[in-house]
Amino acid sequence: MEDVITGKAFVYGANVDTDQIYPGGYLDLTDPAEVARHALERVDPDFITEVEPGDVIVAATNFGCGSSREHAAVTLKAAGIAAVVAESFGRIFYRNAINLGLPLVVCPGIAGLVRRGERVRVEMAAGRVVNETTGAVAAAQPLSAYIRAILASDGIKPMIRKQWGLSAE
Amino acid sequence: MMRSIERRETGRCPLVCEGEGGDSTGGRPVHAVEKILARAAGQEEVSTGEIVNCRVDLAGINDLYLQTLRSFAEMGGVKVHDPGKVVMFLDHFAPPSTITQADNQKQFRRFCREQGIDLVMDIDQGVCHQVLADRGLVRPGMLLVVTDSHTTTHGAFGAFGTGVGATDLAIILITGRLWFRVPEVIRIDLEGTLSPGVYAKDIILKVIGTLGADYGVYRAVEFTGPALAGLGMAERMTLCNMTTEMGAKTAYIQPDRVTFAFLQGKAQAELPAVTTDPGYRYAAEHCFDVTGMKPQLAAPHSVDNVADVDEYLGRPVDQAYLGTCTGGRVEDLAVAARILRGRRISPGTRFVVVPASKGVFLEAMARGDVQALVEAGATFVTPSCAACLGTHQGILARGETCITASSRNFPGRMGHAGAEIFVASPASVAAAALEGKIADPRKYLE
Repeated sequence: MEDVITGKAFVYGANVDTDQIYPGGYLDLTDPAEVARHALERVDPDFITEVEPGDVIVAATNFGCGSSREHAAVTLKAAGIAAVVAESFGRIFYRNAINLGLPLVVCPGIAGLVRRGERVRVEMAAGRVVNETTGAVAAAQPLSAYIRAILASDGIKPMIRKQWGLSAE
Repeated sequence: MMRSIERRETGRCPLVCEGEGGDSTGGRPVHAVEKILARAAGQEEVSTGEIVNCRVDLAGINDLYLQTLRSFAEMGGVKVHDPGKVVMFLDHFAPPSTITQADNQKQFRRFCREQGIDLVMDIDQGVCHQVLADRGLVRPGMLLVVTDSHTTTHGAFGAFGTGVGATDLAIILITGRLWFRVPEVIRIDLEGTLSPGVYAKDIILKVIGTLGADYGVYRAVEFTGPALAGLGMAERMTLCNMTTEMGAKTAYIQPDRVTFAFLQGKAQAELPAVTTDPGYRYAAEHCFDVTGMKPQLAAPHSVDNVADVDEYLGRPVDQAYLGTCTGGRVEDLAVAARILRGRRISPGTRFVVVPASKGVFLEAMARGDVQALVEAGATFVTPSCAACLGTHQGILARGETCITASSRNFPGRMGHAGAEIFVASPASVAAAALEGKIADPRKYLE
């Protein structure tokens, strides 16, 4: 995991659920490249054409609420999203994203400080989020030690492999 | 109207009190859900916020997430740690509608054969949560994890049920264990008496509408009170099921005579019964008086956008949807049959009925409810998740309006993002099917 992530922001409101992030009709897909094509397609059709590797999602409360579909985290990561900053997260989405090594940052008040297309810098260790376009700064909540360990391993799969002495397929 | 009791201004919700969560000092009163996690973690005690590594009593995989098997392989998994504690559910794509779905199910069946997983609930069985209940696979005090967000349902049995994603489930397959953060517990006390035609679904919609779709995030939600004591297991399952829609990690109802009567001759093994110590300090306590409450519905496009049914009376409905792990139980089909027996649904409205499980389907047939509903114009779908999550069997077109007994009305949840979904009780769904518009079911149930 990189300590500082800088990218263009896509900004969403409250309660963006995992059906909006990844529609149920595509849940039979598993290849991350295929899964990436449907990211946010019903609610923000421009997202997939505008997103570039390293971009950041900024959202209000309860981002990723709803279903347990890991596809919601897979689709954002495979589309190039490097971090999601929100005022709070749905709990299963939170686990799924961290497991994949996609950093999620809880940052109260952030949705009001960033507009779509502005450049955002997420400073993981410092625990802050900076809007480089406007200069606005917001404090992020610190990650727990366990979450930091998962992200430091680049996701839970390498961590489990190491802990249990397993080799990849 | 529901009456709320407020003792302290928080600007958020009707409160009896909102205190600090319990601390971790020795001798503090402990909640039943903490005792379940402590037992599963092999610890004497746990404290709120602590990360614990728990042995999982039962792990369920569903057919949406082939990623579970991919993650198992990606982590180097070879043998499933304890195949006797794993259940495979082929429920979301039952029966498959695409070649990819069929192929995914084929891979799951092969994996189960190779790994010695005998509990394979194939496409004839129904939705995971109802199948677990029907078969007595869930029991008080157990830690149950399924790759489905509505695993909170099993709080109705005094179990700690929680949903996870594919990779977390794969970790359980490899290690038998998973990490959890010990949650704060919120208490929802239900006072008063429900009127005829008003149900647990109406109660939980009112609760979510009052507290908000993110109120329970990371926390456990317990239901208590005299109005709860009068509810049967089907309604208790609906209450706990819907706590997912307020973000809860798990739900809990202390097992009582109703629970044990349901489990009699059904539950397959016993775990030590757990109870909450007197004096446990909840993170928050809310009291809802259900006396005089009207039928509720959640209007598009959020489950916390809740109103009395009055506010939408007469709104034309293209599809009425009865079923799923939220609203497809025997009691739900029975109330619909009571409203529709000897009548015809409105000619402009489709009425899709999905029994939650084979067990439900058989019992509803034996009661004559299936006959009554089909004669009234219902379209039956095989027990499964069906159109609840917009995969198949009842998808909505742009601009259509649906009233559903399921759990979610997110944009695009059941098909086109331009469709409008109202979440309501099974009785309200049946009344809308009959009239072709949103209607108050109480007039058919007095």
